[in-house]
Amino acid sequence: MAGEGVKLLGYWGSPFALRVRSALKLKGIEYEYQEEDLGNKSPLLLQSNPVYKKIPVLLHNGKSISESLVILEYIDEVWKHNPLLPEDPYERARSRFWAKFVDEKCVPALVGTISKVGEELEKGAREAREHLKTLESGLDGKRCFGGTKIGFADVAIGWIAYLARIEQEALKIQLIDQQNMPVLAAWIDYVLEDPVMKELMPPHDKVFKHMIDMREKLIAVVSN
Amino acid sequence: MAEEVKLFRTWSSGYALRIVWALKLKGIEYETIFEDLTNKSPSLLQYNPIHGKVPVLVHDGKPVCESLVILEYVDETWKHNPLLPQDPCEKSMARFWANFGDDKLMKSISQLFIAREKDQDVAAVEALENLKLVEEQLKGKKFFHGETIGYLDLAFGWFADFVSILEEIMSLKLVDGERFPHLSSWIQHFIDAPVIRDCWPPRDKMIIKFQVMREKYLAAATPK
Repeated sequence: MAGEGVKLLGYWGSPFALRVRSALKLKGIEYEYQEEDLGNKSPLLLQSNPVYKKIPVLLHNGKSISESLVILEYIDEVWKHNPLLPEDPYERARSRFWAKFVDEKCVPALVGTISKVGEELEKGAREAREHLKTLESGLDGKRCFGGTKIGFADVAIGWIAYLARIEQEALKIQLIDQQNMPVLAAWIDYVLEDPVMKELMPPHDKVFKHMIDMREKLIAVVSN
Repeated sequence: MAEEVKLFRTWSSGYALRIVWALKLKGIEYETIFEDLTNKSPSLLQYNPIHGKVPVLVHDGKPVCESLVILEYVDETWKHNPLLPQDPCEKSMARFWANFGDDKLMKSISQLFIAREKDQDVAAVEALENLKLVEEQLKGKKFFHGETIGYLDLAFGWFADFVSILEEIMSLKLVDGERFPHLSSWIQHFIDAPVIRDCWPPRDKMIIKFQVMREKYLAAATPK
């Protein structure tokens, strides 16, 4: 479907950019993608998101939309086919609540843990597990947050499907416990097998190496 | 069948006030439950088990949490007197700035509020930069969405009240009419607006509450 001048400024490793790419793909919207070098941001990015200077930014019909969850809502409202959000206001509120929960609790816990070592690492992993366990309750026993198919919250949260497992590997910690979080573990499998989501997930080895590099840099900063 | 609407709130929560105003703007009748957050009711913990915070809106037994999520729920459930603009791009801007208010602005105002005297000038820099951005949004408008009060006014409502409380406690002028003519004007229009003005918590009680809070922070921050 032609996307009347749709452009996305993103970064290959950004879960937030992945959200937007997933939404655009699920709706079959064609767009131009611009990969940003986060160490040398383009004038277009700085001009389109002067407040935060961050990706993702969606450019559409001369307007720029920033903040990934705001972009998801925008996409859903402009291109109304294959809706991401459910129709019912209460279910919409639930989807928004869980997307927000992930940003406020899971993101800091998962990202914060990357630079930790020893006891701090164990504590970080424990906190991340607690938040993931809480997140699992949002599934309410269903296969995905959207109920029967990928929806707004699955798109918002889907990045955890690949990132949590890679973080477990890279940091040698336990995050998603098959035994204690069977529903969340099953959700991860469901997301990773979804034909749209699967194709968009960044390559395992690239993410793994990037995480190890970032961890080493952050640990070096902390110890200096 | 008459619908049952309940709002869990505290006497001082600016987040809960957003919902009080929204329900008033829509003419929705509801029951108020005042919470003491040092002694949370079983109902609150049942309706908001994840965060245990206010506000919580319970509509026909179904709880909605997180004030900005609740605002959207209210707007989608009771469609008259809309709070959010219809246009997707304007809606996105409203959501973007509401998030900015809750994240960047609130953080910088809080940092200023708890800064020791010698650190206040530095803390003020970021707060003032953020206020400049808000000032820009109000150029040529009485309220954030134009002539009438809407979502973004309710989202920034906490600030309209808090700024004068901060100024009194800290004996400084943060929003002066010369530097921030539009923001000053918005504050005046908003705090006096018919739907808004009867809902403010008692000012003397607020001054005491925030004075005590500030003293606690300053005492904790003092090197021993």
